[in-house]
Amino acid sequence: MDAVFLTFILMLSIFLGFELINKVPATLHTPLMSGANAISGITVVGAVALAGTGQKDLANWLGAGAVALASINVVGGYMVTDRMLAMFKKKEG
Amino acid sequence: MEGTALGIQLAYVVSAALFIFGLKGLGSAATARRGNMLSAVGMLVAIVAALLDQGIVDYTFILGGMVVGGLIGAAAARMVQMTSMPEMVALFNGFGGMASLLVGVAAISGDASVFTLVTIVLSILIGGVTFTGSLVAWGKLSETISSGAVQFGGQQVVNGLIVVAVVVSGVMFCMNPDAPVWLIVMIALSLLFGIMAVIPIGGADMPVVISLLNSYSGLAACAAGFAINNNILIVAGSLVGASGIILTQIMCKAMNRSLSHVLFSGFASVSADETEVEGEIKPISVEDAYYVLEAASSVAVIPGYGMAVAQAQHVVKELMELLEKNGAEVNFGIHPVAGRMPGHMNVLLAEADVPYDQLLEMDDINPRMETVDVAIVIGANDVVNPAARESEGSPIYGMPVINVDMARTVFVLKRSMASGFAGIENPLFYKENTRMLFGDAKESIGGLIREFG
Repeated sequence: MDAVFLTFILMLSIFLGFELINKVPATLHTPLMSGANAISGITVVGAVALAGTGQKDLANWLGAGAVALASINVVGGYMVTDRMLAMFKKKEG
Repeated sequence: MEGTALGIQLAYVVSAALFIFGLKGLGSAATARRGNMLSAVGMLVAIVAALLDQGIVDYTFILGGMVVGGLIGAAAARMVQMTSMPEMVALFNGFGGMASLLVGVAAISGDASVFTLVTIVLSILIGGVTFTGSLVAWGKLSETISSGAVQFGGQQVVNGLIVVAVVVSGVMFCMNPDAPVWLIVMIALSLLFGIMAVIPIGGADMPVVISLLNSYSGLAACAAGFAINNNILIVAGSLVGASGIILTQIMCKAMNRSLSHVLFSGFASVSADETEVEGEIKPISVEDAYYVLEAASSVAVIPGYGMAVAQAQHVVKELMELLEKNGAEVNFGIHPVAGRMPGHMNVLLAEADVPYDQLLEMDDINPRMETVDVAIVIGANDVVNPAARESEGSPIYGMPVINVDMARTVFVLKRSMASGFAGIENPLFYKENTRMLFGDAKESIGGLIREFG
């Protein structure tokens, strides 16, 4: 049942994603991409559970590696997107 | 479900809603910054919730990983040049893919169901392809490796065999999840496939590749979410996957090529260029160019990757101000695939303080091209090639282009007549109303500014 339930969520989110992003103007494509990239760092949420088992085994180390890589993605992605968006200005007056 | 676990799941719901509001905000320049903030808050909520998981007994590895990763990410985000944005996004995509691969591997356990094993295979496969594919894309973009298309005889066959081998090793792994050999083979093949999939793609097609890898990094997170039974990974991952696919479609459409054509054949394999060029090249000096510009009342600037390479965006803005002071109307025409990633030119011009309402999309600038006195092409080539409209023999025939040749006068800023990346003839350079301003774009524009001064 879990499988069906998760697949249902997947299907709905993909449709939602298409609807949300379809109308983004070309001007914002780069920030959209780096902002989306930051969101894909969500893997960190899965990685913390694996990095926190305290087993000091291979899975534990892999989890720690995954936390580090995904954190680069999250922190770097959001910061650089903000830096870009701060530069977008409307014509004065 | 006991209290904490329920709380964590509810927090994930909140964070999913914040991601959705965040992406919605990114849809308009006025709300984009706030949208990005909302999405970051959503991420924070999700991470805090995940840290409350009672399965976590030791926080050393988690904090260690977060501090190391966070510092690297923050440093990269602060220091990166706007011109190098495509490289950085490619690299970040790769890290996301690798993280999903690692989560997939760590999620393997002897008593996993077949469904879980299949999703583990998918997260390893997509994650691995994203990782090495992104590294190759990064190498090509930063010119660490040749940005040209690497092609050899039988490439399709070799790639086909790799795909078959990946599938076989994945099936074998699902049947023997305890035997590490199939896991290792599968990881190795995924990494190899990522390299093989991106090397045949040339530099000019990079906007498509980056969009696609962006989508993969989301799908990898999604697969990892299935593997560890986590809703928020699935929701966030598929939102990113969808956004990457949409951008990929837009890029392909802007190049009038199908996705499979971009992925499986570089421009090199396109039938020979049959464009016939008539006329001659007419160079112009900076001084003469100034006289023409000084008399112009409407100017359109069409930037391309060459503007990024020459770092000319700041002088372009300076010239724009001088022209406006002189009473001219200045607009920018941005082709969807100008530069090396979607929206690359817009970011560079925003960095130089050009207001975004002066950056027009191709479909907005084309109808008014006939009223433009001077169109200045800076480091763009294929995206202004009239052969796409006129010459059926041209490899880019049918691609939507910015019709600069319709303007009264066209200045093309170009280093030399050496043929461009794709090696396609550009009849624009030979048109009656075209004048070539040879030299480094930044210096040429600097010269124009001095004439105004």
